[in-house]
Amino acid sequence: MNWLWSNLDLVGELMLVHLALSVPAIILSFVISIPIGWIAHRQRWSRGVLLALCGLLYAIPSLPLLIALPVFTGQRTTSPINLMFALTLYGIAVIVRTAADAFDAVEPDVRQSATAVGYSATGRFWGVELPLAGPVLLSGLRVVIVSTVSLATIGAVIGVQSLGSLFTDGLQRGIQAEIITGIVATMVLAIGLDWASVAIGRLLMPWSRPNANTSKAASTTLVKAADTL
Amino acid sequence: MNLLLEGIAWILDPANWTGAGSIPERIAQHLAISATVLLIAAFIALPVGMFVGHTGRGKELAVMVSGGLRALPTLGLLTLLALWLGIGLQAPIIALVVLALPPLLAGAYSGLESVDRRTIDAARAMGMREGQIVGKVEVPLGMPIIVGGIRSATLQIVATATLAAYIADEGLGRYIFAGLKTRDYAEMLGGSILVILLALAIDGVFAITQRLVVPAGVQATRTRELRSRPTRPRAVVGQPITEGNRE
Repeated sequence: MNWLWSNLDLVGELMLVHLALSVPAIILSFVISIPIGWIAHRQRWSRGVLLALCGLLYAIPSLPLLIALPVFTGQRTTSPINLMFALTLYGIAVIVRTAADAFDAVEPDVRQSATAVGYSATGRFWGVELPLAGPVLLSGLRVVIVSTVSLATIGAVIGVQSLGSLFTDGLQRGIQAEIITGIVATMVLAIGLDWASVAIGRLLMPWSRPNANTSKAASTTLVKAADTL
Repeated sequence: MNLLLEGIAWILDPANWTGAGSIPERIAQHLAISATVLLIAAFIALPVGMFVGHTGRGKELAVMVSGGLRALPTLGLLTLLALWLGIGLQAPIIALVVLALPPLLAGAYSGLESVDRRTIDAARAMGMREGQIVGKVEVPLGMPIIVGGIRSATLQIVATATLAAYIADEGLGRYIFAGLKTRDYAEMLGGSILVILLALAIDGVFAITQRLVVPAGVQATRTRELRSRPTRPRAVVGQPITEGNRE
């Protein structure tokens, strides 16, 4: 506890650095994944390929990826951009799959009704498909939020500053409190961002309240499916 | 791209294939650590997961425990254990076991849970004992998902075993940390490429296994569902903390 009180500044600063690393990666991966997921949903042939690529991407261990990425991006291994890039890739690997499932879960009847009442293809996407896919997309986003925040600590072993620096520094100097503080701070950050995403989801999708009585059985099942694995 | 060539040249350099700390030796260490961890973790998680999946009891608890464990940053756990237990293999092995528990647990209980209740009722009606229901009905039918859990766990272990080199002089991660210290990018990159290839190869083996373990009788209906499953565990939605970390 003493360690924490005398180092509050450092912890606060690292939390901000950590946020600055993970939040852009989370947002970027979300924004990039939606069109890719939509393509996987629309073009049957591309689905297998895209999802297999995502599976492969996700199977790549993160520390080696951090070291191998600069070969393709030209960044320094230790630059925060490099870490952010890796985090974004992992985020994409997770959300694309969820996004494809989310768009699949929009009922064909609803889609056809939208066309029948005069929606254009673009209007239908923004006005009907995207909102209805929203709850499932959110469940994918929440997975990515927690994994990104905790994954960002890995950068510390190759010298990218984040809350993970508390782990490496604590180990080198033998300060147990420092490591524990790092673990707690990382988890607090993950939970905080998770709650924020749920709150934003409620604001944007008031119809998806947990108790709301919806007929979208399909999307509920998917959210539950994401639950189990 | 020159960098990539240097990395590949490092891997192909005959000097790295013999003597102490050679590539085959490091790969063997990496696999040995991973296998040990997987065995220990499976020994703990699979029976518990199957109990939860069969009886439906303690599911909330299992979901909570596996969700909470996933939010734990691996590097934090690893360094904390290293501080307590000292330099060596002990700390990484314990950290890796903790890391492997959630996907194994989730795979086991959702595998058993995925079996159609009517099938189980039918088995019971035919006079099967509970043990037989688990062994002859639930486990075979849930096998693809159970193997899916083992696949996620193994990938996570193999990836994180790289970090073990931060604490102990073992495994392929050694090249990464040694290269980091001496600023030898070719060595770091070569080591990284080896880990990536190892992980992808293992993932491939599991992908094939996962198809093979589908019981013949349910093949047609099962295959699609399998493909739409993530290769790594997803979080438990509806809970504040979840998914996690890879190493």
